[in-house]
Amino acid sequence: MTWDIFPADEEGDESIGAAAFRPVPGGAAAFFEQAQAGVIRSLVSQIAELVSADSNAAETGPDSNDMEAQLGLSSHAELPDDPVLARLLPDGYSDDPLASAEFRRYTEETLRSGKVASAQAVLSSLPPGGGEVRLSEAECQQWLRALNDVRLALSVRLGITDENEDLSERLLPGDPRSAYIWVYQWLAYLQDSLLEALP
Amino acid sequence: MGVAPAEVEQPVTGQDAALDAPWVTVVWNDPVNLMKYVTYVFQKVFGYPRAKAEKLMLDVHHKGRAVVSAGSREAMERDAETLHGYGLWATVSHDS
Repeated sequence: MTWDIFPADEEGDESIGAAAFRPVPGGAAAFFEQAQAGVIRSLVSQIAELVSADSNAAETGPDSNDMEAQLGLSSHAELPDDPVLARLLPDGYSDDPLASAEFRRYTEETLRSGKVASAQAVLSSLPPGGGEVRLSEAECQQWLRALNDVRLALSVRLGITDENEDLSERLLPGDPRSAYIWVYQWLAYLQDSLLEALP
Repeated sequence: MGVAPAEVEQPVTGQDAALDAPWVTVVWNDPVNLMKYVTYVFQKVFGYPRAKAEKLMLDVHHKGRAVVSAGSREAMERDAETLHGYGLWATVSHDS
C-alpha cells in the first residue's frame, strides 16, 4: 500500500493541473479542466473496453458458452495472460488452481460487469468538456472503484512493484510512459481527496 | 458428552481436522492501493469500526497479508469476490 498522494512534481505536465474533490452536502464535488476530463475519460474507457472486450470474445462460440453467458458463468478458468487483466481479475485462491478455476467460473462475469458499471458511472458524470462535477454518495463509490482500477492498470504498465520507489527515476528519459507516472500520481491524489470528502 | 464405544476408531486429525477448520479471507499487500482506501473498503465491506479497519490495513501493510474475515467457505468466497470488486488482492484459504 502507499501513502503516495502528491499531485505533481516540477516535471509534471502543468497543463493538466491537479483537480481534487471537496465535500458537499450529500456527496463530493470537483472541477475538472477539459484536459483533465479527457485523461480520466480515456483511461476509464480503456479499462471498460479491456474488461468487456475479452469477456465478449469468450462468449462467442459453441452453445455451451452461450449457456454459460446466460447463466452469468465465465468460461475462463485461468488467470488472464494480460498482466493488467490478471491484476483486475485475480485468482481467488493462492495455492489451489482447481479451486481458483471454479471460483473464476462463478465470479468473473460479475466482477467484469461491476468494473464496467463503475467506469460507465464515471463517464456519465464527467462531461467530455470538463466542468463542475457533483457526485452523490453512490457515485463517489463508483468513482473510487473506477479510479482504483485505472491506477492498478497503470501500475502494471509502469512496472510499479515497490511502494517506496521514486517513480520519477523509474523510467529512462524519453520513455513514452513517463507522462503516465504523473497521471498515476495525480489519480492517487484525486482518489485520496475523494476519500477525504466522503460523507 | 457421550462416551464413544471403545471399538470405534475416530480419526480426528488430518483431513477431518482440516474440514472442521474455518475458512478465512486473506488480503495481500500491494504497492498501489492507498492505505486510506483499504481502510475505507474494510469499513464498507465488513462494517468494521474505523479502528479495527485501520488495524487490519496496517497488518496488511506491515506483514504483507492479513486475515480480514472468517466463516464458511461460501461466505469467504463472497468476501473475496466483493474485495476483488474494489481492486483489493484477496484470496480464500483454510485457517492455519
